Amino acid sequence: MIKKFVADAKAGKIDLVEHAQKALEEAEKINEEYHYLTAYADVIERAKELQEQVKNGTAKGRLFGVLISVKDSICVKNVETTASSAILKGYKPLYNATVIKKCLDEGAIILGKTVIDEFGFGGFSTNVGIGYQKPLNPLDKKRATGGSSGGAAGLTRKATFPHIAFGESTGGSIVNPASFCGVVGLCPTYGRVSRYGLIDYGNSLDKIGTMGQTVDDAALLLEIISGKDEKDSTSADVPVPSLDTPGAVSGIRIGIVKEAFGEGIDNNVRKKVLDAVYQLEKKGARKIEISLPISMNYGVPTYFTLAPAEASTNLAKYCGMRYGANEPLTGTYNEYFSRVRNNNFGEEAKRRLLLGTFARLAGYRDAFYNKAAKVRTKIIHEYKHAFEQVDVLITPTVAITAPTFEEIKKLTPLQNFMIDLLTVSPNLAGLPHITIPCGEANGMPVGMMIIGPHFAEQKIIQVAKAYDVHQ
Amino acid sequence: MEITPEVVKRVAANARLKLKEEEVKKFAQEMKDILANFAKLSEVNTDGVEPSFHPIPVKNVVREDKPGKCLDREEALSLTPHRKDKYFRGPKVL
Repeated sequence: MIKKFVADAKAGKIDLVEHAQKALEEAEKINEEYHYLTAYADVIERAKELQEQVKNGTAKGRLFGVLISVKDSICVKNVETTASSAILKGYKPLYNATVIKKCLDEGAIILGKTVIDEFGFGGFSTNVGIGYQKPLNPLDKKRATGGSSGGAAGLTRKATFPHIAFGESTGGSIVNPASFCGVVGLCPTYGRVSRYGLIDYGNSLDKIGTMGQTVDDAALLLEIISGKDEKDSTSADVPVPSLDTPGAVSGIRIGIVKEAFGEGIDNNVRKKVLDAVYQLEKKGARKIEISLPISMNYGVPTYFTLAPAEASTNLAKYCGMRYGANEPLTGTYNEYFSRVRNNNFGEEAKRRLLLGTFARLAGYRDAFYNKAAKVRTKIIHEYKHAFEQVDVLITPTVAITAPTFEEIKKLTPLQNFMIDLLTVSPNLAGLPHITIPCGEANGMPVGMMIIGPHFAEQKIIQVAKAYDVHQ
Repeated sequence: MEITPEVVKRVAANARLKLKEEEVKKFAQEMKDILANFAKLSEVNTDGVEPSFHPIPVKNVVREDKPGKCLDREEALSLTPHRKDKYFRGPKVL
């Protein structure tokens, strides 16, 4: 869909200003009902600029005229960027994130910012910051979109205009909402995409990725943003292959993660994913059972020790002084900072800052932070060993389908963390993963997650495309 | 491990959060439950295992020591009302 649109737009077959106007109106209408967007970019001005290029014969780029929405934790110049937190209210970055620059160079139109759990702290998008409205599931407004890239997933599902979304994953924040909303979510290897201009959650875990209605759309945007960036020293100097690759699964060894189909997994979800795997087997894939006991049993405590520990240092800079929220300068340094922070961080942000600070405190550090960092090594090795036996791993993306807000309200903080059971470990190991819709259970979409070794984005895309959504 | 309101207050002070009394109480109970569960990490044998601080090998990167363009001062100061002349204005240190 996107490719044809881009070709038509460049050829002048589409009035881009009119198109952008209509898309903007549709987005605003969706937003009124579902709360997916927190700020809009100057869509019409950009469309006029592109229309001018068509007239001058200078139209170029693989995203020419395509509307791109941006998770609210990614900086867009002059567009309010807050990570959906009151502490960054009013912050309009003075620069573009590298991924934004790259897609503008390809002729994209930035639509606006999509709502998230504050700073990415959640699996349902119910932890939006103070003053933000939580997004509603596009298929059932009583249910959550998943999180933390909830606005991105909902909008991707709802938009009828050509659109691709930027998401970001620290512990599963791309594939979880994509799965709950029935769209494709693609998270690259750690380091594959520059994090310059991304508002950090956990800097050893954060990865910018994409969402689309099709695998092709998500893959196109990922290919464009991949590659080494001198502005991010952790971005990897590894060649980027074409991600425009046909589906191929013949001879592929698929590892079925035993623990991810066992206890705690909704029966209907399990069945749908196993049906999908059977379809891949019929196309020539070979199924091999794999056990990942450490990753599956200890992933959640490892992740929820390390990620908040990193967050507690990354969020130390928000203090109501140089940008974002501020108050009259009364009291001492510590009094002022502590007051502004307590008034503006939401409940989950405070919970994770406390947990993370605790895990790093002298006296507790060895038992929590250092221990979790060692278990992380074992998780990385466990996956490495698995990929000596198989080409990709498959699990359900989330153990359940999208729950209602009423059900979520009853969960304890620890039960909230458990929603990330299947996604935290691939994220701790920095592995690329993709979720594709594989039918419905309980009347809501089910996602199948395909995980690959480091930098094997092409491989997981091939397998994803071999699965026929319409069968 | 005992997570008392005093421990939570100490942690909150470190995290620069001025929690209200009812928040202290609530978070103390929750942290107790969460950390009791996380203590199961001790079941994993990590003797002789090095900690991982990144999922892929990361090495130090240095750029050429050459001055480049950086953010304009006026622009940098434009995002807050707390400024004075060429500087950010902060709360009192003492």
